[in-house]
Amino acid sequence: MTSEVLTILEKDGKVQKGKDPNLSDDRLRLLFATMVKARILDERGLTLQRQGRIGFYLQALGQEASHVGSAAPMLDSDWFFPAYRQPGIPLLRGAELDQIVCEWFGHQGDPSKGRQMPVHYSLRSINFVSISSPIGTQISQAAGAAMAAKIRKEDTVFMTYFGDGGTSSNDFHAGLNFAAVYKAPVVFICENNQWAISVPASRQTGSETMAQKAVAYGMPGIRVDGNDVLAVYRVCQEAVDRARKGEGPTMVETVTYRMGSHSSSDDASRYRDEEEYERWKQRDPIVRFQEYLARRKLWTAEWQAELEQEFKDQLNAAIKRAEAAGKPELGSMFDDVYLKPSAQLLAQRTQLQSLGGAADEEIGEFPL
Amino acid sequence: MANMTLLGAVNDAMATEMRNDDRVVVFGEDVGKKGGVFGATVGLQDEFGTDRCFDTPLSECGIIGTGIGMAVYGMRPVAEIQFLDFIYPAFDQIVSEAAKMRYRSGGEYTCPMVIRSPYGGGIRGGHYHSQSSEAYFCHTPGLKVVIPSTPADAKGLLIASIRDEDPVMFLEPKRIYRTVKGEVPEGEHVVPLSKGRVVREGTDCTVVAYGAMVHICEQAAEQAAKQGRNLEIVDPRTLVPLDEDIILSSVKKTGRCVVVYEAPKTCGYGAEIAALIAEQVIEYLEGPVVRVAGFDTPFPYALENLYMPDVRRILEGVQRTFTW
Repeated sequence: MTSEVLTILEKDGKVQKGKDPNLSDDRLRLLFATMVKARILDERGLTLQRQGRIGFYLQALGQEASHVGSAAPMLDSDWFFPAYRQPGIPLLRGAELDQIVCEWFGHQGDPSKGRQMPVHYSLRSINFVSISSPIGTQISQAAGAAMAAKIRKEDTVFMTYFGDGGTSSNDFHAGLNFAAVYKAPVVFICENNQWAISVPASRQTGSETMAQKAVAYGMPGIRVDGNDVLAVYRVCQEAVDRARKGEGPTMVETVTYRMGSHSSSDDASRYRDEEEYERWKQRDPIVRFQEYLARRKLWTAEWQAELEQEFKDQLNAAIKRAEAAGKPELGSMFDDVYLKPSAQLLAQRTQLQSLGGAADEEIGEFPL
Repeated sequence: MANMTLLGAVNDAMATEMRNDDRVVVFGEDVGKKGGVFGATVGLQDEFGTDRCFDTPLSECGIIGTGIGMAVYGMRPVAEIQFLDFIYPAFDQIVSEAAKMRYRSGGEYTCPMVIRSPYGGGIRGGHYHSQSSEAYFCHTPGLKVVIPSTPADAKGLLIASIRDEDPVMFLEPKRIYRTVKGEVPEGEHVVPLSKGRVVREGTDCTVVAYGAMVHICEQAAEQAAKQGRNLEIVDPRTLVPLDEDIILSSVKKTGRCVVVYEAPKTCGYGAEIAALIAEQVIEYLEGPVVRVAGFDTPFPYALENLYMPDVRRILEGVQRTFTW
């Protein structure tokens, strides 16, 4: 039944019998640490935006289990086609903090060279494909990359993320349809966080669940408690294994909640009930996982405080470096449109350079 | 050399590159067993198998979206959109994704993909099998836009497009798919992008045209020659990035220019050529730059021969550069 939601973590850190994925202690600690770091990263990002130091921010508050748990079964050689609410994946896969933070500022050191709004990362070093803002476009791209790997007889697995709103997009339909027709090795993660900016999930579909849509395309659709990192991990491990064995795509609906606003430009209190927020806060994925770890004697308050402090120090140092790095030089605007700049681009660059100036300077008048 | 139609040359180009490079895959609606509704992919599935040439579900946004994924992953996808008129569901993928992948990722990810599509009128296709919408794509940085007018160019430009490291819109003038034949070099034949071609040398007025219009302009030039006007025809072949020099040096020589295109006149590609000439070589002009184009109407079915630029309208345009 696709309307059932798989949960493993119960109250007070207990687990449902026989369902624990039995991860090693190190693995469990890594998942927890990554979730904690993702939340710190988000807090700091939003603060920088509020301080006017970066232009924009998108938090994943409350969704840490959903994206960290789903990404964890992927191998280093596997690929992600992310959306914009999975900050834990770069942290989990060891992306350089400086690259992440430089992207927020659009400063030198950002792999995407200051070309996009904050949180639209491109991190080739961890097979994390450039994020774009239009909703759903990455879904069919992930299906296509998976088709390519299958044609080349490579065993790479692809994972793509989107929200409840994303299931309404053209590319959701196209992506799931193509993936199922070609039995492509891809896992579709629908993070159903209940809200697409101000529109509730009930306005995205008349279907009872998002997961049931998968069945119509010809692939398993599984609903999982998105605030339960063990359940998400277990379901996604199975989906990744299926993909790698050539058994085709899977769609996973992680039922979760966007605890923050859509973005730094949004104020969720204008359209949603405090009561709903409070209800979900009781199911905070980090708290639930911490209770589990504590039961297994894998967690202490001191350990968490230590890891938080260490990460905050690293982050502060990275922010300091990124802020000082400065914007890209003027001429770089014309790079990477094509492999080699066209004659037109070269002429336009020369024209701009002849006027002089830099990104941070006020633009002066032109003497006629 | 082999004598081929433009359609045959397109087919030959794909087969040549599929032999050369196993990263090249061809896909789209009906391109497999049937070999495409026009026959551009005939024989490719037989020679290269269903992994290299395959039919897709009927979804343009899916064809382009999956193609982008393949390109990002390291393949050389060649996607066919059955008619350019049907490309709009894929517009978001083309302009927001393919065109911006290199730029937005700082060069970390690229999209070396060719999107082939038959375009243009003159085949009694009505609105949805006739339009000439190249300007939408020319207006998007990151895309290259290529339009061949001869079989040899079709082969050489398509091979160059497949080898290019950036996404290319390769628009094929379907009106002349089978009506234009010519000698085509066998095997490897590359015509570099962004290099125009002087189709016919002349001294009195430059006529810039691409695709099927090149051949109508040649007919117009024959008639003009009989009346003592010597037209020079320039085919840019690549609209973006444009070979400006070949146009500007011709206009410097003739002092006059008519731009011929079958798309709606307003904001069409010819407007860009006219602006380029006005910016760069105005001091050489002896008369106004004239656009001879389709009209600002949806593409008409029954009256298509009046909508399309023809010899009469081209010559009238040439005359306007002399008497104004």
